[in-house]
Amino acid sequence: MNEFQRRALKNRVIVVILVVLLCVYLFPLYWMFSTATKSKVDAFSLPPKWVWRPQGDNFRGIFYVGAGGALGTVRGIELKLKPSAFLRQLGNSIVVSFVSTLLATFLGALSGYVFSRMRVRGKDDLLFVILSSRMLPPVVIAIPLVMMYRSLGLFDTRFGLIIMYTVFNLAFAVWMMRSFVDDIPREYEEAALVDGYSRFQAFFKFVFPEMRVGMVATAIFSLIMTWNEFTFSLLLTGERARTAVPSIAHSLGTAGVNWGHIAAGSFLMVLPVVVFTFLLGGNLIRGFTFGAIKE
Amino acid sequence: MSSVRVEELYKRFGRVEAVKGISFEVKEGEFVVLLGPSGCGKTTTLRCIAGLEQPDKGKIYFDDEDVTPLSPAARNIAFVFQLYALYPHLNAYDNIAFPLRAEGLPKSEIQQRVSEVARLLQIEDILHLKPRKLTSGQKQRVALARAIVRRPRVFLLDEPLSSIDAKLREVTRAELKKLQRSLKATTIYVTHDQVEAMTMADKIVVMNFGDIQQIGSPHEVYHYPANLFVARFIGSPGMNFIPGSVEERSGQLGVAINSAYFLPLSEEQRLALARFSPSVHQVILGVRPENILVVGDEEKVLDGEVYVFEPLGAQNVVTFRVLGHLLKALLPGDVVLRVGERVGLNFREVRIFHAETEKLIA
Repeated sequence: MNEFQRRALKNRVIVVILVVLLCVYLFPLYWMFSTATKSKVDAFSLPPKWVWRPQGDNFRGIFYVGAGGALGTVRGIELKLKPSAFLRQLGNSIVVSFVSTLLATFLGALSGYVFSRMRVRGKDDLLFVILSSRMLPPVVIAIPLVMMYRSLGLFDTRFGLIIMYTVFNLAFAVWMMRSFVDDIPREYEEAALVDGYSRFQAFFKFVFPEMRVGMVATAIFSLIMTWNEFTFSLLLTGERARTAVPSIAHSLGTAGVNWGHIAAGSFLMVLPVVVFTFLLGGNLIRGFTFGAIKE
Repeated sequence: MSSVRVEELYKRFGRVEAVKGISFEVKEGEFVVLLGPSGCGKTTTLRCIAGLEQPDKGKIYFDDEDVTPLSPAARNIAFVFQLYALYPHLNAYDNIAFPLRAEGLPKSEIQQRVSEVARLLQIEDILHLKPRKLTSGQKQRVALARAIVRRPRVFLLDEPLSSIDAKLREVTRAELKKLQRSLKATTIYVTHDQVEAMTMADKIVVMNFGDIQQIGSPHEVYHYPANLFVARFIGSPGMNFIPGSVEERSGQLGVAINSAYFLPLSEEQRLALARFSPSVHQVILGVRPENILVVGDEEKVLDGEVYVFEPLGAQNVVTFRVLGHLLKALLPGDVVLRVGERVGLNFREVRIFHAETEKLIA
């Protein structure tokens, strides 16, 4: 075997390994999707069915109370469908995570800029303090938080959750954005300053558009973190403001586990993040390699 | 165009004193170069003049107006950055128009002024291109156009030629100088390249360690360097130094080198030495490479052994070993020497420096 053949073989082995890894990563998603679209009988059949007739009962079941089984009449009485709480919870998830992501990214961009560009007294200590908010497990501060939220009237409100998540994502956003701004040459804004623009104009006209890639990357991370957040949503909300993730777990109810519902709910939860990430994915990859390659 | 006056400018970053209370003046239409090695405070000085840094102490005047408290925008200056700092999302035209838009000029006037400048710098055909598509030479022209277009009071240039290749740099140097002359633009130009300083400046401000070492015309700075630093920094190769002591031999005052050789002093140098009190004994002789001559036995002052011979074509750089010192000489291209050969050397235009203060005596 000569050098070229060896290299070709090596490449082929790498491809095979990657394909296997990809399958391993995608398998849970596949399993979730199949369970969500299988009937109860199909879902539990052994050996697993690889071909099945897709059906939407599970999806209907999570949106409507009492739609889990067959639809129709029971003892001559038409079964009325009652909307479940899931739609509202999904709405909560969307509102809370998008608003807090927007806020965290925007504020993070502003303070990241300041930390990168201005001489701030005790800058390094401040940055450390900001990061340290992420150093302890959230559960540790859960009880005082719940008490505070109750006395402030923030308990079980979307607003309360938005504040919580904004603050939590902000630590990450500040650090991300600071390193992004570090990589934007100072000369550009200075040129704008000299050219007769104010610091604010220079920032919004020039630095802000250059920060777009960084902001998108930050936003994707924040969104995924918020969207999937479990602990605070569970602890700081009751019925009204609860987001979808803890409520899916909630269907591990007393009447046994409805795996079909869990799979359908999880599938719906994964979907928006996947779509969002795919739409902005190019930016994300550029975001990762930002600064790694000099132009 | 304005004149610029810097008075007692002092700036520190944390514990580092970047600029230690320097003063100098730039007349209207004058081309002044701030020259020095990296970290000498020249760029900080320029940024203070631009208003990009606030000095800790000292004042900056344009004409007789104190601009120290003004923002960069209010100073009406143009700044050309080392890497041009062209806005990547704007094409060349919009880049040049950018400062005019900040002033809120009407569209027609902007267009007229941009095309005027574009014609001057011969960049009319690349106005529609984004910076990414421009060569470094073109970028540099666009950056200059952006500087010129707003008719500023002062031009500030921070190593504008350092990122273009050597051949183009030579051409641009000449063009830049011509442009500056024709615009009668007050210009402050920062560089670490002494060739740029020598070729372009009306006046050179040599800096080191945050302090001014010398202010003078290229001729003064080259022929009468104020101290050893300037002598070493200016010229390529830099000045040669040989330590010696002032002695009187057979009624003539001169410098003895290692007691073996004796170099008589000129009248002017003798007078300058006489002004020192207490009198100076230890001095350092400074000789420019082109002032070392290979001569016959009757004219020679000292003997040298050829140590390195570097032919450059028109000239040769020859390193001689003289009493343990290495001296670099620039000799005409037709003088060919073998390594190890011993020749007689003579000097012309010798400067003497104080051995302790390292300052020029004469």
